[in-house]
Amino acid sequence: MTEIATEQAVYTRAVSVTVNGEARSAEIETRLLLVHFLRDTLGLTGTHIGCDTSSCGACTVLLDGIPAKSCTLFAVQADGRELTTVEGLMQDGQHHPIQDGFHEEHGLQCGFCTPGMMLTATALLAENPDPSEEEIRWAISGNICRCTGYKNIVKAVQHAAAAMKEGR
Amino acid sequence: MYPAGFEYFAPTSVEEALSVLERYGDEAKVLAGGQSLIPLMKLRFASPRALVDLNRIEGLDGLYEDDGMLNVGALVRHKTCERSELLKSRYDVLADAAPQISDPIVRNLGTMAGSLAHADPQGDWGSALLAAGAQVQARGPGGTRTIPLDEFFVGPFTTALEPTEIVTWVQVPDPGLRAGGAYLKLERRVGDFATAAVGVHVSFTNGKVERAGIALTGVGPRNLRARAAEEALAGHELDDDAIAEAARLAAEAAEPQDDVRGSAEYKRNVVRVFTARGLRKAAERREER
Repeated sequence: MTEIATEQAVYTRAVSVTVNGEARSAEIETRLLLVHFLRDTLGLTGTHIGCDTSSCGACTVLLDGIPAKSCTLFAVQADGRELTTVEGLMQDGQHHPIQDGFHEEHGLQCGFCTPGMMLTATALLAENPDPSEEEIRWAISGNICRCTGYKNIVKAVQHAAAAMKEGR
Repeated sequence: MYPAGFEYFAPTSVEEALSVLERYGDEAKVLAGGQSLIPLMKLRFASPRALVDLNRIEGLDGLYEDDGMLNVGALVRHKTCERSELLKSRYDVLADAAPQISDPIVRNLGTMAGSLAHADPQGDWGSALLAAGAQVQARGPGGTRTIPLDEFFVGPFTTALEPTEIVTWVQVPDPGLRAGGAYLKLERRVGDFATAAVGVHVSFTNGKVERAGIALTGVGPRNLRARAAEEALAGHELDDDAIAEAARLAAEAAEPQDDVRGSAEYKRNVVRVFTARGLRKAAERREER
C-alpha cells in the first residue's frame, strides 16, 4: 500500500504573552478568544464577559497599552505582546489612582463594567492627562454601564486625573 | 460563543500570505482588525479553515500622500484615520466618517481596508470612499491590480476580490483645495450601524461644480452611489435649487427597507435632508480653504 503524505491540520498553537508584567505561555486552541484565555487559561477572572458581541466593552483590556475588546480578538493574535488587565492596575499594594477615583466618587453600582471602564480610562489618561468632560465621555463611549448613568464614572476619571497630576 | 476551529497563519510578508490563500482558496479568510470577521466567526456565519492574520506584515500601516493620491495601507486603523491631520486638512468626507464608525475601542483595531473587503452595506467607509472616488489595490498571485470602488462592491458582503487576493492599499485622489466634503450619519447610539448616512464630496472649478460624489449608507443592499444626483450637479452652481434637486434625486436613489432603525420612508427622508446638509457643508468648507 502506498502511503500518501497528507498535511495534518493544526488547530493549536503555543502563545507567549506578558500579562500585567509577567511572562505567561500556554499551548492553546487557535480559536480561543483572548477573554477566555485570560479567564480560563490564566485564571484572571477580573476581565468580564458582557455581551460577547463587541458591543459593551466589559471585556476591555489593554493590548500594548491600547484598549481592545478581548471577546473580539483571538488569543493567538496577542502572541509576543503586552496585556494589562484590571488585576494589573494595583502596584506595590497601592491602588491605581483610577481605582481610588471609582471608589471615592462611587463610580460603580453593580461593578460589572468597572474593569473595562477603568482600563479604558487609564489609557485615556496616559495619553491625555487633563481630559475635558466631553473627552472623557467620548473615550468611554464604547463601554456601556447600565447602573450609573455615567455621571459618577466621569467624576471618577476626573478624580484620577487630578490625583495623577499631583503625582499621587 | 466559540468559532469553529481553524488553522492560524501569521505571515510576515504579503507573498507568504498569498501562498496560504493559494493553498486554501475560498476556505481561507484574511484577518486585519477582525472587528467584523471575528463576530461573524463567533456566530458561525463564517467558518474558514484557515485564518491569515496580516498583522505581522511590515509596511502595510502607511497613511501618506504620493503623486496626487492618498494611500492607506491594509493595517491602518480607524483610529489612525480619526486622528490624521492630513485627512482633516483636505479629505473632509473621510475625516468626518472616521470618528463615527462603531465606537472608540473598536476603532483601535478595525481597519479601513478590512471594512471595504467585508463589504457590509452598512459600512461607513464604503460610502465615504465612494463619494471621494477611491480605488483599491488588490494583490494576488498574478501581481497587483487596481479596482475602482464602484466595481469593487458587488453586493451585500460580496466584492470583486478573488479568494486569492488581498486588499493591500486603499487609494483616494487628492481633492486639492477647490473641494469640500462631509459625512453625515444618523445612529441611534454610539456603536450602532447607521439608520442612514450620506457621504458627499464636491470639487469646484470657476465657481461651478466640477465633480460631485454622493454615496449612501444603510439604505440598500450595498453602499450606493446617487449617480443621478451627482450628474445633476456637475457643471452647475451649487445654489439652493441645485442642492434641493440633488437631495431629491439622492433620496430617490435610496433603496431603504423598514426595520428596527426606522421605516423606509423615514430613511429616505433622512437621505434627502443629509444630502442637502452635506452639500452645504462641502461648499462652506471649500470657502474656508
